[in-house]
Amino acid sequence: MEQHYQYLYEMLSQVQGFIYPNELDLQWGLLIVLYPYITGLVAGAFILASLERVFNVKVLKPTYELALLTALAFLLVATMPLVSHLGHPLRAYEILSTPHSTSAMAIFGFVYLWYLMVVLLLEIWFDYRRDMVIWARQEKGFKARIYKILTLGVNDISPKTVKWDDKIGYFITVVGIPSAFLLHGYVGFIFGSIKANPWWSTVMMPVIFLFSAMVSGIALVLFIYMAVSYIRKQKIDMKALDTIAKYLFYILILDFTLEGLDQIHRIYEAEESFEILSLLVHGPLFLTFFIFQIFLGTIIPLIVLGILQFYKPREFTRRVIYLVSSLLVLLGIFFMRWNVVIGGQLFSKSFYGFTDYKIRIAGSEGLLWSMAWIIIPFIILAFLLWLLPPWKKVPAEPA
Amino acid sequence: MPPQLKTLIPLFAIFIFLFLLGRYLLVPESFGEQGHYRFNSVAENKDLSLQYAGRDACAECHDDKALEMESDMHAGLSCEICHGPGMVHYDNPKAGQLIIPDQREHCGLCHATNLTRVDKIAQVDLADHNPDQKCIECHNPHLPWEIAE
Ligand code: HEC
Ligand code: HEC
Ligand code: HEC
Ligand code: HEC
Repeated sequence: MEQHYQYLYEMLSQVQGFIYPNELDLQWGLLIVLYPYITGLVAGAFILASLERVFNVKVLKPTYELALLTALAFLLVATMPLVSHLGHPLRAYEILSTPHSTSAMAIFGFVYLWYLMVVLLLEIWFDYRRDMVIWARQEKGFKARIYKILTLGVNDISPKTVKWDDKIGYFITVVGIPSAFLLHGYVGFIFGSIKANPWWSTVMMPVIFLFSAMVSGIALVLFIYMAVSYIRKQKIDMKALDTIAKYLFYILILDFTLEGLDQIHRIYEAEESFEILSLLVHGPLFLTFFIFQIFLGTIIPLIVLGILQFYKPREFTRRVIYLVSSLLVLLGIFFMRWNVVIGGQLFSKSFYGFTDYKIRIAGSEGLLWSMAWIIIPFIILAFLLWLLPPWKKVPAEPA
Repeated sequence: MPPQLKTLIPLFAIFIFLFLLGRYLLVPESFGEQGHYRFNSVAENKDLSLQYAGRDACAECHDDKALEMESDMHAGLSCEICHGPGMVHYDNPKAGQLIIPDQREHCGLCHATNLTRVDKIAQVDLADHNPDQKCIECHNPHLPWEIAE
């Protein structure tokens, strides 16, 4: 018991003003920051891929499969931060077996399943089926067997069947766009619908989450495309890169506008919660909000990418600029999630005080776990690229 | 029908069937009987042992302390807010370990300076108010205004 008091006093020393007892300790830590972050990367990467397919932006062809596989790699771990956040991870399946219709989180399980099973896996399958059949014939041994299993026994590569691949794949992409919007808009909804929290509760939340998701997903594909080309010692298709960067720029503008709109609305309304929120962003969130999210993550990339729309320096300079801006954007969106998730819990719902959040290194909620959930998708992606290399796809014979 | 769908549709049917089967097997007994929860848990919770006995229970034996408390500013407090859960002690006074909170910080939990509750409770600055002694060396915890000099 003495020990307990000791901890309590230690924690109380981190508190400012008045807070309710249950606000002392943040229930949602770093792992819950990762959840919208990773889900957003998935949705963003997918939307970039569908640009090529549905809106027929041909220059993006070199990144189409890469974006899809990136989306898959990240989608596979998207729920893992949530599961490892649970006190009883082995009970995670209960959200699917006994979902409550009024629980926003419970329905996410199905949104996720829909997106994984019906959209992403199917789209990749239809896109690669013909190649897998061909690869299964070319390769030997174990790898050939994997391809055989992956084709699910549909080995017909007559032009008619391949045509069907294309048609159904297109249809799935069309269904996939609203699904990707749903997936990430939904994550925003989970926060936006918490009416007790003035930092979260805004109808803009799903839209803001969606656009920041697109921004981060596009930045991720931009980064991965450059990294993969560098590792494979392949020449980067500068047209594709310039186009991705252009989209990144446009959507970043939209995202920034929406977030600005939300904040202006909040400032002008100045509800009773405004004072504490203003103290929040100028105090505990100053570094992560103004410096990381807005300045480094938004303003700098906006200016730099904006200049590139008018003035094109040498290829190498452009590549460096894209690399740096994509990393800055990824950092900025991470801290946007941080400011939402952590920021929303730092202030007391009495509006009279603040608690504090310190990241632990080890432990289930700690830094090491979180880094693992960021690194694992890259390992999965490396595996997927080995298994389904987009650059080895056999071009279809002209009909 | 394209051959892809001939394979995929049965596969999805199997997947959905397995999902429903899993759900059927995993939903615990008595779930949903009275609402969206496991009804058996009510009985299980009823069987849990109590932790707190309540002030009247303490007064059965420590009537002197209870009477004392009633006459001073701590009259509104429960015994167990300071001494910790006492059900075990109530059942067997020799066995149950109760807390004797004699540290300054303990009184400070309620009485330390806190600007948001100035008008709610008497406050002292722990660093300033006779810092070298325990509070209970002067204040009787049950009769806080009985000051021992
Ligand atoms: C059945 C009678 C009985 C009841 C009811 C009872 N106590 Fe006691 N209590 C005793 C006895 C007897 C002792 C002395 C035990 C000893 O000296 O080991 C005692 C000792 C104590 C002590 C001093 C312990 C120590 O370590 O010096 C405290 C504090 C105390 N009781 C608090 C409470 C509180 C609070 C309650 C109500 C939850 C309570 N008691 C209910 C009989 C009772
Ligand atoms: C404000 C906190 C507080 C409350 C409320 C409180 N106590 Fe105590 N109690 C103490 C402290 C501190 C001591 C230790 C006193 C000491 O060591 O001189 C103590 C000591 C005791 C003892 C041991 C007596 C002794 O002289 O060794 C008993 C018995 C006791 N309390 C019973 C009760 C009962 C019964 C109630 C409820 C009617 C109660 N207390 C309420 C703080 C409290
Ligand atoms: C659980 C909270 C709590 C704890 C712990 C507590 N007190 Fe109190 N105390 C109160 C309340 C409530 C009052 C009566 C309301 C008020 O002060 O205006 C009070 C009143 C007092 C008063 C009289 C103040 C006045 O306005 O006349 C003194 C002196 C006092 N307590 C001393 C102590 C000491 C010494 C301790 C530690 C042994 C202690 N208290 C522990 C809640 C607590
Ligand atoms: C040296 C003896 C002594 C010690 C030790 C002591 N007090 Fe006091 N306390 C007094 C006296 C005398 C008064 C009344 C005169 C005054 O207000 O200073 C008092 C007054 C109080 C009051 C009422 C203040 C008010 O504004 O009405 C509270 C509350 C209080 N003490 C709590 C504590 C707490 C909590 C501790 C331990 C952290 C403590 N005291 C330690 C002697 C002491």
